[in-house]
Amino acid sequence: MTASTIGSTGGPPHDLAQNQHAYLELVRRRRLYGGVLLILFVALMMSGFQMAQSRNAGGFIDGLPMVLAFPTEVISEAWEKRANLPGIFVAHIPSLIETLNIAAVSTILGGIAAMLLALLSTRGLSPWPRLTGVFRRIMDVCRAIPEIVIALILIYILGGGPVPAVIAISLHTAGALGKLFSEVAENADLKPVEGLTSVGAGWGQRMWFGVLPQVAPNWISYGLLRFEINVRASAILGFVGEGGIGHDLKIAMQWGMGRYDLVVGIFLLLFLTIVIIDTISDRVRERLVKG
Amino acid sequence: MLEVRNVTRVFGSRAAVDDISFTIDRPAFVGIIGRSGAGKSTFLRMMNRLTDASSGQILVNGQNILSLGGQARRAWQSQCAMIFQQFNLVPRMDVTSNVLHGLLNRRSTLATMFNLWSREDILRALQILDRLGIVEQAAKRAEALSGGQQQRVAIARALMQDPQIILADEPIASLDPMNAQVVMDTLKRINIEDGRMVIANLHTLDTARRYCDRVIGMRDGRIVFDGTPEQLSTGVARDIYGADASFNEAATSTALPTDTAADREYAERLLA
Repeated sequence: MTASTIGSTGGPPHDLAQNQHAYLELVRRRRLYGGVLLILFVALMMSGFQMAQSRNAGGFIDGLPMVLAFPTEVISEAWEKRANLPGIFVAHIPSLIETLNIAAVSTILGGIAAMLLALLSTRGLSPWPRLTGVFRRIMDVCRAIPEIVIALILIYILGGGPVPAVIAISLHTAGALGKLFSEVAENADLKPVEGLTSVGAGWGQRMWFGVLPQVAPNWISYGLLRFEINVRASAILGFVGEGGIGHDLKIAMQWGMGRYDLVVGIFLLLFLTIVIIDTISDRVRERLVKG
Repeated sequence: MLEVRNVTRVFGSRAAVDDISFTIDRPAFVGIIGRSGAGKSTFLRMMNRLTDASSGQILVNGQNILSLGGQARRAWQSQCAMIFQQFNLVPRMDVTSNVLHGLLNRRSTLATMFNLWSREDILRALQILDRLGIVEQAAKRAEALSGGQQQRVAIARALMQDPQIILADEPIASLDPMNAQVVMDTLKRINIEDGRMVIANLHTLDTARRYCDRVIGMRDGRIVFDGTPEQLSTGVARDIYGADASFNEAATSTALPTDTAADREYAERLLA
């Protein structure tokens, strides 16, 4: 029972030799390409690093030990004042709720827009297959403009407050989720859709009964991930005057030394929020998948 | 050579395999038949250690393979090749790479990850493909092949492992009658020429009768028949499948018909 018992019984021997030669040649070529790519990659990384290093004010290696200096300062101060943390948590719950509300509303609005955009930009599902490119570009535009830019423009027009933040985040969500949703929809099985077409169902009915049940678990899990990202985005927009917990964080950071317990408290609150959302999304997804 | 002692596998409160024992003392071609859910797949998966047994022993040359762990378990898996109903190849890799995967347990992880196989290994893989008559597909992606060809690639991967035992879990259930025959003939040839034991789960009686030296019938996790193909009467088959007197195996048989009456009739109609 060794390799030697494996003799050639099928096909003329020169056929095997030919195939062996061809395959070994293929292997040689693949290894050559792989090697060249590896050398190229290493060379590019090295030269890129050197260029970045030469433009830096300080050196990368010299600066490395200092990376932890600021976090250490913040955390050690917060540790000394750890008794304040529960009070900080309670005090900032209202602004956390505002931030969460902005994130939730914009995830829902953006998500609904994303569903439509996704179905319209998926070849095979779209009612107008020729226009899929147009809807794709619309999503590209939504993703390309940073939400902070949209928010700043809207604040200028509408004044500060949660509405500009919701619009800015919704637009970005529609583009980003639409892209992910359409990738899921592309992999959906078309047989149920064909079955529904055969009974004379309209486009809306085919999507609702044939596609949505298939894509729902993935769409919801992407939606919940987006909700997490939007909590963070909504906190960042607080920095430019949208209110919510981001505004508190900005003020705490500006005060600097002496109020680091506040900074750490707000960060912890945000972290706990994300953990809770993540846990809930895991549960929801598990129930959806198992049915 | 192979001794199965009181092997049981419980899923929840239901025993998928319920206290089965049998012995095989030579490299035979053994068929396991039974309806879906009878525990055939679970038993093969336990032999390959894809599923853990709840209790019992499987002795191969005196060693209990159910108690192996870690490296020893993987070494056993490399000597006990498995062929699946859905082929379980890596669809986007070429045929020869898929065959070379049979050596993964015996080569270093780093080298295999970069697909660096020695010249001897590659030549051996091509020889095996040649033996199975598909060497001209060597550079194609596995997904580009037909079902029958993919199953032969899976057999080539199994041969690359140079195994003592080949397990085949419904190897022909997703193939058409023509390809099914090619695959079964190949397995039989390996059994006879190389002297490797083959244990195959089959779901058609005619296949079991034609290829096996010994047939084991399972029902609800227990062995209800163990004998030669000749002893496999319609009555025994009804017992194994839990069917009543209306059971007629010819109704769903996938074997190519051996009688030529239909051909003659067709020819006469054409000539008329």
